[in-house]
Amino acid sequence: MTHTSDLAPDLPPDLAPAHEALEEASFLRDTVRAFRRNRMAMVGLAFVVALVVCAVFAPWISPHDPYRVALDEQLLGPSRTYWLGTDNFGRDVLTRILYGARISLVVGIVPSLISLAIGAVMGILSGYLGGRTDFVVMRLADMMIAFPSLLLAMVVMYTLGANLLNIFLALALVGWASVARVVRSQTLALREKEFIEAARANGTSRSRIMFGHIFPNVIPTLIVLFSLSIPEAIMWESSLSFLGVGVQPPEASWGLLVAKGKEYMFQAPTVAIAPGIAILLTVLAFNFIGDGLRDALDPSMKD
Amino acid sequence: MADNILSVRGLTTEFSGGRGDVRVLDDLSFDVGRGRIVGLVGESGSGKSMTALSLMGLVPQPQGRVTARSILLDGTEISRLGPAGMRALRGRDIAMVFQEPMTSLNPVRKVWEQVGEPLAIHHGLGRRAIRARVLEMFEMVGIPDPKTRLDAYPHQLSGGLRQRAMIAMGLICEPKLLIADEPTTALDVTTQAQILRLMRELRDRVGTSIIMITHDLGIIAEMCDEVNVMYAGQIVEQADVFDLFEKPSHPYTRGLLASIPRATEPRAGRRMPSIPGMVPNLAKLPPGCRFSPRCAEAMPICRRPPDLATLDGGHVARCWLHAAPDTRPMGETA
Repeated sequence: MTHTSDLAPDLPPDLAPAHEALEEASFLRDTVRAFRRNRMAMVGLAFVVALVVCAVFAPWISPHDPYRVALDEQLLGPSRTYWLGTDNFGRDVLTRILYGARISLVVGIVPSLISLAIGAVMGILSGYLGGRTDFVVMRLADMMIAFPSLLLAMVVMYTLGANLLNIFLALALVGWASVARVVRSQTLALREKEFIEAARANGTSRSRIMFGHIFPNVIPTLIVLFSLSIPEAIMWESSLSFLGVGVQPPEASWGLLVAKGKEYMFQAPTVAIAPGIAILLTVLAFNFIGDGLRDALDPSMKD
Repeated sequence: MADNILSVRGLTTEFSGGRGDVRVLDDLSFDVGRGRIVGLVGESGSGKSMTALSLMGLVPQPQGRVTARSILLDGTEISRLGPAGMRALRGRDIAMVFQEPMTSLNPVRKVWEQVGEPLAIHHGLGRRAIRARVLEMFEMVGIPDPKTRLDAYPHQLSGGLRQRAMIAMGLICEPKLLIADEPTTALDVTTQAQILRLMRELRDRVGTSIIMITHDLGIIAEMCDEVNVMYAGQIVEQADVFDLFEKPSHPYTRGLLASIPRATEPRAGRRMPSIPGMVPNLAKLPPGCRFSPRCAEAMPICRRPPDLATLDGGHVARCWLHAAPDTRPMGETA
């Protein structure tokens, strides 16, 4: 496989102006180009962008007031006024989903990012340095994994109070340990590779090896973990909300909508199913994006 | 021989394991002259690569322990340097080229970033300056179309090109000494010849001294000025390359030379000559001469460890056959 520069696609090397070679072909641009060629990833990205726009502009685009109670319009089926019907308080389901997207998206993404960041750093330190560091980090992770995580999250929520920031904290606390384990095992395999030995033979410092050489090799794994942990975080949030320590009604999150709506499954199925489908589509979209990113970041998949 | 880039005295490397210590390198002493190519040759497990790692300070810690009476690099004692001191030396004063060009480059980083990394580490150069310098190096090591190869990823280069890139990386800080650990073993024969020619040209042009580690006596004959033959962690013969091939003195060296297939000899139905037996387990060394169990010329006295005996012209062999008559009865002087 030959690599041809996009700067001078057809010119023989001698004819290409010298300064162009010194212009770095940016990694970011390469990645974006590879990502854009992946149709599923682009569909996923479009969906997520649309969702974010809807969430941000929910007050302007949603057809109704999310909190207005109309007891004479309970559990209506889909109609022209209420596209997805109404819930047990007569509130518009579509509006509630749009507002719920605000919380669910943030709860899906932010804690996942936090636990990935902590888990990646811990995993690389543990795997590369070994010895006492490894022991301490892994025993901490063992504790986190051995402890019933729902209980742990609930304890955090009870003691610190039910607000969004504490949900992030609780989910990150529960999530980092499994990331650290995966990253550690990858690091253990990577540190024996010849290119790490070669880097050491260049006088590369330990921190530069860990974060300049090992970390880029772990990124594809992190992306897969990320796209898997978003739905997990959304589910966690709904569990906490369901147990009354997460998002508090009348605020809406998708998990909460499904949890509350399932009581009326037979009278008005859309109340539970519609937010469920929203979760499904979002999770799917993030998975497509994750796949696309992983392929785009893998140099051997380019060209 | 005052003008030595490297002068090693009494280099010993031991590993402590579950069943006691194993001495993988035993009291090595050798010199590398300025601008010379010195070969280390021996079978697998003879300690060639371990010698390289010991010199680089890359022996796995804490199991490995490297000691030496003295290691002078261009007149500076480096055997007492700590990890930080060795790290500052690596890539700047001593560089290494590894055996496997296919795996010694990080697959997810662009080639130029890796080749130029020693400059960032040791000289703190900026990206633009590094890129320009890497381009120069690529031209020097004969990478065709170097400008577009800068942004290539390792998988986009052939094995030969990767090894050229590795050599560029090794030489980018103009080190005093380049250690090449079987640099051509993983390459096909034509590429092998090109890489060897390149290394010799670079030596002639830049004046870098090279330690060439190989098990291939053909490469030794073609490349080296002096040769150290290693067996079971010891140097068993040390000679000028012409001397070595002209009058190999240690039975092991003779065995190695005899097992090179020759195109001129008719060989229908005959087995290739080889040295019987295998390299001994370093934890269970035979008493006396380590080669004696495989040696066709073994004598009763070989149960005692032989010293390095000096033959004419700096030629040295660790064998009782060459020990001076008066030292024979009690040749166990250290």
